[in-house]
Amino acid sequence: MNLRRDVFQAIADPTRRAILLLLTSQAMTAGAIASNFNTARPTVSKHLQILIECELLKQEQNGREIHYEINVDKMKIVAEFLEPFRQMWEDKFNKLEAVMKTYQAKK
Amino acid sequence: MEQKTKIIAEKGKQEITITREFDLPIELLFKAYTEAEFLEQWMGLKVIKLVNKNHGSFEFETIREGRVVFKANGTIHQIKKNQNITRTFEMDNLLDGIRIEFLDFESITDKSSKLTMQMIYKSEKHRAEQLKLPFANGLNMAHNRLQELFNNLNHQQNGK
Repeated sequence: MNLRRDVFQAIADPTRRAILLLLTSQAMTAGAIASNFNTARPTVSKHLQILIECELLKQEQNGREIHYEINVDKMKIVAEFLEPFRQMWEDKFNKLEAVMKTYQAKK
Repeated sequence: MEQKTKIIAEKGKQEITITREFDLPIELLFKAYTEAEFLEQWMGLKVIKLVNKNHGSFEFETIREGRVVFKANGTIHQIKKNQNITRTFEMDNLLDGIRIEFLDFESITDKSSKLTMQMIYKSEKHRAEQLKLPFANGLNMAHNRLQELFNNLNHQQNGK
């Protein structure tokens, strides 16, 4: 098994997490991504390569440019992407239910 | 266990729909959204202002250690008791902008009810900003769990 392809391996690195976050808003070229970091361009390319290998990102040819974007369709990241947001609301709503049940019992 | 809260956030759209069924009669679910006392408890914030009427408004904030850590406000465009609330929602210092929320309250039985929250953002990009924060926390949490696992493994190996 190629460890590189492990999703957790991919997100263990802070720069790669930052890249994923950056790309949640829009697809970007490698150059545009690199301009957000102080690291050397080849280092960013390396990170992109790892994210591609583990299928968290995909490349899209756009004329002469290659855009990187989050692979929402295929990957289990779909669930992971929305899961924290869902969990946040689940927690809030559980609380709502508990608060109102307590109130109901007191009535 | 089945997940009670469901999220729909389709690609290419600028909205998020959240649905949840509660073991509560609709009157209590609606109360939880319209009375300061309850809002404060379940949302963990302080209600500064809450005017529940057509063209009303609200203002919430959370203070931790003397510092305002969360501030939100909006106008209540329309409110129909035990039926629906249409309001705007804006959080200070966040990039997700102002969203419109359609809150629909439905009775299922006399002991259960359903909430559908449709939130519409200015653009898909603004929606992404909203999803980003918990996603960042989620990524960090996954990473921390992994780190913990590695640390435990190392401990075990070193202990041998």
